[in-house]
Parts: sequence; C-alpha cells; structure tokens
Amino acid sequence: MQGITKSFPGVLANDHIDFSVEKGAIHGLLGENGAGKTVLMSILYGLYRPDEGSIAVDGREVRVDSPAHAMRLGIGMVHQHFMLVPSLTVLENITLGREPVMNGFLLDRKRMHRDVKEFCDRYRLDVDLTAPVYTLPVGVQQRVEILKALYRGADALILDEPTAVLTPIEAEELFGAMRALKAEGKTVIFISHKLREVLAICDRITVLKRGRVMDTVAAEAATEESLAQMMVGRKIVYEFQKGDAAGQKPVLTVSGLKALSDRGIPALKGIDLEVNSHEILGLAGVEGNGQTELVEALTGLREAVEGTVVLNGEDITKATPLKRIRMGVAHIPEDRYKRGVVPDFSVMENLIMGGQRDRFAKNSVALDFREASSCSDEMMMSYQIQAPGKNTPLKFLSGGNQQRVVVAREFSRNPKLVVAAQPTRGLDVGATEYVRGKLVEMRDNGVAVLLISADLDEIWALSDRIAVIYEGKIVAVKPVNETTEQEIGLLMAGGRNG
Amino acid sequence: MVEKLTGAARKTLADVWRGSEGALFQVAAILLAFIVGALVLYASGYDPVLAYAAMLKGAFGDMYGIGQTLTQATPIIFTSLAFLISSKAGLFNIGAEGQFLMGAFTSSLVGIYLAGLPWILHIPLALLVGAVAGGAWGLIAAVLKARFNAHEVITTMMLSYVAAYLTGYMVNYPFKAPGWVSQTVKIAPTAELPRILPPTQLSAGIIVALALVAFTAYLLRKTILGFELRAIGLNPSAAESAGISINRGIMMAMFFSGAMAGLGGACEILGVHRRFIEGFSPGYGWDGLAVALVGGLDPVGSLLASILFGALRSGGMIMTRATKVPLDIVIILQALVILFVAAPMFIRSLLKRRRK
Amino acid sequence: MMVNLLDVISVGLFAAAIRMATPIVYAALGGMFSERVGVVNIGMEGMMLTSALGGVAVSYYTGNPWLGVAAAMATGGLLGLVHAVVTVKYAGNQIVSGTGLNILAMGFTAYMSQILWGSRGASERVAGIKDITIPILSDVPVIGPIIGTHSPLVYLMPVVTILCYVVLFRTPLGLHIRAVGEHPTAAETAGIDVVKIKYMGVIVSGMLAGLGGAFLSLSHLNLFARGMTGGRGFIALAALIFGKWMPFGVLGAGLLFGFADALQMRLQSLGILPPQIILMIPYVLTVAILAGMVGRARPPSDYKPYKRE
Repeated sequence: MQGITKSFPGVLANDHIDFSVEKGAIHGLLGENGAGKTVLMSILYGLYRPDEGSIAVDGREVRVDSPAHAMRLGIGMVHQHFMLVPSLTVLENITLGREPVMNGFLLDRKRMHRDVKEFCDRYRLDVDLTAPVYTLPVGVQQRVEILKALYRGADALILDEPTAVLTPIEAEELFGAMRALKAEGKTVIFISHKLREVLAICDRITVLKRGRVMDTVAAEAATEESLAQMMVGRKIVYEFQKGDAAGQKPVLTVSGLKALSDRGIPALKGIDLEVNSHEILGLAGVEGNGQTELVEALTGLREAVEGTVVLNGEDITKATPLKRIRMGVAHIPEDRYKRGVVPDFSVMENLIMGGQRDRFAKNSVALDFREASSCSDEMMMSYQIQAPGKNTPLKFLSGGNQQRVVVAREFSRNPKLVVAAQPTRGLDVGATEYVRGKLVEMRDNGVAVLLISADLDEIWALSDRIAVIYEGKIVAVKPVNETTEQEIGLLMAGGRNG
Repeated sequence: MVEKLTGAARKTLADVWRGSEGALFQVAAILLAFIVGALVLYASGYDPVLAYAAMLKGAFGDMYGIGQTLTQATPIIFTSLAFLISSKAGLFNIGAEGQFLMGAFTSSLVGIYLAGLPWILHIPLALLVGAVAGGAWGLIAAVLKARFNAHEVITTMMLSYVAAYLTGYMVNYPFKAPGWVSQTVKIAPTAELPRILPPTQLSAGIIVALALVAFTAYLLRKTILGFELRAIGLNPSAAESAGISINRGIMMAMFFSGAMAGLGGACEILGVHRRFIEGFSPGYGWDGLAVALVGGLDPVGSLLASILFGALRSGGMIMTRATKVPLDIVIILQALVILFVAAPMFIRSLLKRRRK
Repeated sequence: MMVNLLDVISVGLFAAAIRMATPIVYAALGGMFSERVGVVNIGMEGMMLTSALGGVAVSYYTGNPWLGVAAAMATGGLLGLVHAVVTVKYAGNQIVSGTGLNILAMGFTAYMSQILWGSRGASERVAGIKDITIPILSDVPVIGPIIGTHSPLVYLMPVVTILCYVVLFRTPLGLHIRAVGEHPTAAETAGIDVVKIKYMGVIVSGMLAGLGGAFLSLSHLNLFARGMTGGRGFIALAALIFGKWMPFGVLGAGLLFGFADALQMRLQSLGILPPQIILMIPYVLTVAILAGMVGRARPPSDYKPYKRE
C-alpha cells in the first residue's frame, strides 16, 4: 500500500501511509486507539475507498472495490466487531454468499457441512457447526470468523484487535492458530495496541501514530520501550501520584447480587463487593463476564433478582436511577453514545441532565435557565471542554470533549460513589490522561471509585485494590501491591489461586 | 489560537446554514408536491392552473375565504400539535383522529346534559372533559406500550377505528336525536363557543388553538417535562441513565398528545357544529400528521402549516364547486408533501443538482 | 335475545374465516419480507387499497380478472418501490414514509374512483374471480364444506406460505435476506448486495400486499369500494408480530384474525348487537393480542438505514 490517504469529517485518519507485508509473515500493525490502523486495513479490505494512494497485491496494482473483491484477491479480515449474523448457524455464516446449491436453488446443507468440516480439521479449529452463532462464547465466534475467511480462500488474513475479547489463555490459543496458519504459508496482519503481544507473535511491526507511519521494524530488533516511544512519542505515564488513603470507610456494599442478562440467562451469580471511600477499586475482567450487568444493577438500570446493594448504610437495591443520582451515585457509562449523552442536545442540555429536577429546576414545572447557564460556563471552564459554545449540539464535539462533558456532569454533583465503566475507551492520549487524573482526584477527595476496565494497564495504574470478575462472580480481591499481572491474568481466565 | 477562532466561526456559520436549510426543505417539499399534483391533475384531464387558482382565490380571496380557511385550520392545529408532542418523545401517535373523536363526543355530552351552568363554567368544563377524554384514549396506547411493549403505531391506529365505531354507536343508539341524521341533539347555548367572524364559521376555538401553540412551545422549551420528553425521544438510554423514567414519559406524552387532539375535537363541536354528527371529521387527525411534519415538528411551524392545509381544504371546496375537480386531490397533495418531507435527502440531492 | 350458539358457529363461519384470512395472510407475508430485510412497512394498508383499485380498474377495461390480479400485484410492487426508494436510497424515516403512502392511497383511490366511475364511494361491478370446488375434498364430511369451495386465491394462500418458508429457510436467497435484515454490515462483507436485497424485499412486500388487495376487490367482492381494506393492512402487521415473523406463524395468526372478521360479519347479519359494536371486534382483538405479546415480540431485524462509506 503506497501513499494511502483517507479522511472522514473532521479527522485525517490515514496520512500518506506506505505499508507493505511479506508473504508468509506475521506482520504487526501497532498504534494507539484512533491511530488509523482499522481504517487502513478497512481500505485494504475494500470497505472504504482511499482518497489517495495505491494498493498492489503480489506485485500487481489493484483497486479493491468491495469486500467481495478483496476476498477474490485472497484477502480476508476478522473484524473487531464480528461480522456474524446472530440467528444463523456457524455453517450458514461461514458459507454466506457462496452457499452450495442443489437442484438449482435449494441449499445443499450436506455439502456445506462436508466442505467446512474439512477446513476445521486442516487448521485445527474446533467449532460446533450447527449451533446458532448467538449461543456461542466470544472466543469461539472468533474462530468462526477465521474459518469464514479461510473458507473464502484467504491467503492473507487481517486480524483486527483479536485479543480484545479474549482471556490470556484464549489469546495463547489464538497465537497457536496464527503460527499454524503461518506454517501453512498464510500471511497474517495483526492489528493491536498491545505492545507485549505484538512483540511476542509478530515477525515485523509497523507503528502508526495519528494516521502516519512512524517506522517499520523487525520484532527482534524492537523493545517495549522503543515501540512505546514510537506509538506515543514519549514515555507512557503508567503511574499516577496518589494521595494518602486515610480514613477509609465502606461506601458501597454489595452482597449476593444476582441479575439476568438481556437474554434471560443469569449474568450476575452472587456478587460480593465493597468499595471504600478514598479508594479506587479496579474491576478487571474480560468483557462479557457480567461487568455491564453489574454497572446497570448498581445504577438502577437493571433489576436485581436477589441480593442487596447498600450505599452509605442505605439499602438502594430497589431504588430508581433518579434516587441513586440524588443519593450521590455518579455513572460514567461504557458506551458514551448510547447511555452517556444525547448527541442532538446542546452541551448545556447535556450538562444539566440528571439534575433537571433538582439543581436546575426553578419550581416543580419550569427549568432554571440562569442556573443552568452559569453552571455550564463554570463546568466548561474547569473541565476544559472545548466547544464553540454551550449551545452547540454535542455531536459536533470530539470524543474526548464529549467524555469531558460526561465527567463534568457527573463529578460536579459531588458524588459519594463513582461507577466508571471503560472511561477512556476510544479517547486520544490527552483525554485519557485527563480522565484518569480526574478519577484519582476524586479518590483523593474521599470519593469511592469503582473502575471497570478491560484495559489491564489502566486498572494497574489507577487501582488501590483490584477485584476480578469471572462468569458473574467476584473471584478475588487483592491490594495492588500484593499481586502480579500474571496472577490477575490467570484469574481473569478462570484459573484458581496458587 | 487563530485557528481555533476561525474553526469556531466556521462551525457557527454551519449551524445557522443548517437551520435555515431546514425550513428550505419544507418549502421545497411543498413546492414539489404541488408540481406532482399538477401533473396528476393534468394527466386526469383537468387544468392544474385553473384548479390551483380557484383554490387560492377561495382560500384567501376575501374575508369570507380567510375566515373559512382559519376555520378549517383550527382543528388541524390541535391534531398537529398532538402528533408533534408525541413525536418529540419518540412516539408515533397516528391515532389522533380517534382521540379527536372521543374529545368531540364527550364534550358534546357535557354541552347537552349540563345545561343549567353559566357559560363561564360550561364552556371550560366541556373543553376540559374533551381534553381529558382524548388524553385517556391516548393513555390506553401508552399503557399498552409501557407495560406490554405494544407498538403504538398499531395500537393507536386500532384505537382510532374503535373510537370511530364507539362514537358511531353512541350517536346512532343511546344518544341519537330524533330524525334521520346520525347526530345528537344540539348542545345548550351556554356551551357554545362564540362565532367571532360571522358569517363564517370561525369560532373562538382558534383562540384556544393559538393558546395551545404557545403552551406547547413553552412546555417543550422551558419545562422539566419538556426537557425529559425530548431526551427520551432523542436517546432513551441516556435519558434513563439520567434518572428519567421512560414509562412515565411515554404516558405523559401520550396523555398530552391525546388531550390536545381531544381538545381540538371539543372546540370543533362547541364552536362549529354545536352537536356531535357522525362522520363530521374529514380526517383532521391525518391532516394533523402531515402538518406536523411539514411544520418541521415545531409549534409555530405547525401553526403556519395548519393555515396552509386549512387553505387547501377551504380553497379545495370552492375549487370543487367551480371546476369539478374531485376534492381528493387535496388529500393527494397532502400525501405527496409527507412523502417529500420524509425524504429530505432526496430534496437535498435535488437542490445540489440545481446548484451545480 | 336468546341466540342459539349453533346459529353463530357453523360451517359457513369457518369457511368465511378462511376466506377473510386470505388478504391478511398475504399482506402479513409481505410485511414479513419487508421487515426481514430491515424495513418496516406501515404502508401495507395503502398498498392493499391502491392495488385493489388497480385490479378492479384493469378488470373493468379488459374484462379479465386475472389480468386484474396481475395489475394489482404490479401496483403493489410499484408502491413498494416508492417506499424502498424513500427509505433505502434516501434513508427516510420508515414510519413516516409508510404513513405517507397510506394517506396517498386514501386520496388517490377516491380520486381515481371519481374519475373512472364518477363516484367516490364505489366502482361498478367488474368481472371477478370465480370460486372453484375441489371435487373429492368437498365431499369429506364436516371439513369438506369448510375448505372444499373457495376462490383460487384462497387455495393459493397456503401454497404461497410454503413457498415463503422454503425461500426464507432453505435457499441461499433466504439466508441473504435474513443476514441483510439482522446484520447488514456482515452481509456486505460476505459479498451480498445489501441494497439490492432490501429493494427486493420491500417490492415483494408490496406485491404480496397487492395480492391481498386483489383478493378483496376481485374475489371477495367484485368491485372497489372506498376504504375497503378497513385497516386490514394494520391487522396484518399485528398478525406478523403474533406470528413471530415466521411464515407458518403468520398463517396461523392470519386465520385467527380472519376468524374474528368472519365472526363480526356473522354477528352483524344476525343482528343481535348494534353493528358498530360488532365491527369493533377485530380491532379490539388486535390490540388485545398485541398486549398479550409481552416482551416476546422481538423482531428479527435491525431497522436502521444502511450506509456505505
């Protein structure tokens, strides 16, 4: 790929990128969130068209018009968000678009099964072929995605952040599969923001930063520091100065909490948890082990089937979200666009959400616009929210600024408990540091912070104590200086202590 | 620093441009609809210019025309506000017609049977009852949605039919006035909304309508409830996280929506017909839907668009008498406007082509 | 006012139930295709009504009711195309577009009725589709009279249902349709032409609605009357939900609603209750059924407009 340039409204995602991969190699594409890795590979896969630049496959210049075209060229992609149709079976998903037919128009299911089974055996990827995809765990779904690409004749496989949804053990299995693919002569492009993995598995590594190629190096010649330097341009700050944690009192006590997921299956199977004032309790765990449901149960957005949630001595298990807000629970949602903000509302309107009945109400009917206005100005200044004005629709703000709005809104209520779910997801480095700094500030001021993050580095950097959630239960709680990353990683995967 | 300022200026300018572009869409949609309508007329052998001219003259040509236009516009203002407020909360209340009928009928009962009251009590009471009845009818759909997740498009539509048959039954059996026509007896004089522009049928209902426009604007922009409803309509998940009760919001929205339609029905009976007549509504509920869309889901826009549609109807009636063009062309025009308003991208692409 | 139950429940009632189910089932199957590709089609009422008119018009001028049926399906398909263009190509709001089509149909059919036959109420009688009798079947006791003699369009109903099932669940096309509705991006990356499939689904829904309309105006009655669909397009949507978006479920739901319709007509002819009360039955039933579907009404599709970067 040469000189690839692509921009979206407001963002130059790829800036004259030169990128090449050798056949039969595992090539890493490394960069921070938002560096442009996925965009670049999506161009290669025909999902986007580049504004400038050219692509050559096996020496011949091509224009990849669509994913179908990319597949014909032998390029397959396994996306971060799976491209699987939930109610269709594994077989149907794999053969989608090129199903074998009998009698001219009917599906030949026997042949489907035979053909795909052959692939499974060849690459040692074991999957239940007749199960509907939505019933399968995430790691297995990923295997289906890989099979899908192979079935379509992929010689080169692009894997986009594949380990984001895997436990450390499943990640190892994936690496094994990658090595098997390499042994069969396939090429693999491994997109990731995780330094250690990229170093472990790749032959060559290209580092992207803010849409530009920083360098391409051989893995043997690189170290974590050298890569980090390229990714960010300075040493990544992994440590925050934390104040003394004096006078801790339990703020949040959760006992035996049980709740169901959207599909009606138990997601929380008896959570016991305690968060104290002046502390950040980091909840580590692979996504999908109940974190989302836990956050919802704590904020009142999901019904607790059993168990209790006690805040500063008061039982809030059955309390409405409004009551919890009034009692001092702040919530930074993991999905900003879904739960955090109303994009069409102005900045000011977003800032007053949650307080429209109390602080920003003139009486029981009307809003107090004067208070809303002056508060918004204040919040925008102290939280450094960059926007044309407080009446600008929020959707025109950058992701980082939108998150600042959420943080400003939640923190300026002087909460007692902060539930922060993936608070720095999708943010650039500057915004990430800001949010993390604010969380520490809250903690120093005596607030109890429950930090839920899939980013182990973040948990490690910020937490006083670390808890691990696995399959709906808390399997361990340890002070940060009494445990190691290996131990946490093991617990996240369901391993036992010791 | 300069970069940031020019960037901000550019953004503000873009905002303003987008805002005015909005009204441009509505106007373009209306024009397009009239053009296509003209084609339909021409294809059926009528002279579109003659037809439109007759419509225009009938609607605005003289005091009588203007009065009739406003008379036709009045019920539409109510039903369009009804649709507007429900859609701000993300709900599609297409049953305004049914809520309108329920309001009309119940207010007629109050008008007939509570004859001893002075007008200063009688009229507001009848109006109130009509509004509450309409609101209750809308609330049924809201409860069905909140508790049973039944989609309000189907339930409000079904309830509209039920309302039509229910009031039809009432006016043909228990409350039927002697004679051939399916109607009730006249309401008491103390319940009549005065005519303010004789000899037209324009009644004080238009004043109530204008007041409702102001009330709706106030509700949406200045009150807590309006804020919460808009949040629910734009992003229910975020609204929920902010402590807003979605179910309560749905019920309030549908109640207000139905009440507005019901109030409209009440005004129509008390001001224009002075009794409940089966089939008196030529589809005011549907007009309201179209008008709300054409008005850009804004109270003042609804007012202006209601007058437009009122002109279509009153002018249309004159046109039919003068040129023999079927009155249904009015409904066709309405539908065309809706379709064009529903496809803003289509109009945008047309405008772009013109600019090139 | 003692009414013998046997006066109400009769062979004729069940036969009528099957008859009245027909337009609902066709429209609901149409709605199924549309929703399975991810487009809500609220406008089926309007499509049915306009198609009913189109069918009668063609039958009027050609004397051939089967040409009328074809014309009705073509009309429905055309309206489906309009809906598809507005919602797929221009990403317009699906409910607004459908409602617009309904209003258009109301006005347009009355308008055309006036122009063609000089009356906004009803058209003249036209050549209709005659009922046929299946020889051996109609001699079977009890069931025979119920299903032995019907319009060919009625017999076509189970055939079409089976066809829908086969297409949706046993052919690659069916897989593509379901994929496009549930996860259009996945379908796109699998090389499926998402836009084409969406168009197809909506146009087919229009054609099936047209078939339903044709039944009403060319088989059940032999004329077009203003508003003759009477909300059946909406009842079809309820049947679709009740039938869980599956062909055989829809068939069953349609029969249930057809039964309500037939019951309403029978009760009316017996005159035991005022007509308006009886006429309410199908609508109240629809609401009640929707209410009873608590939480189980999870549509198979994601209805967001699909955008290509």
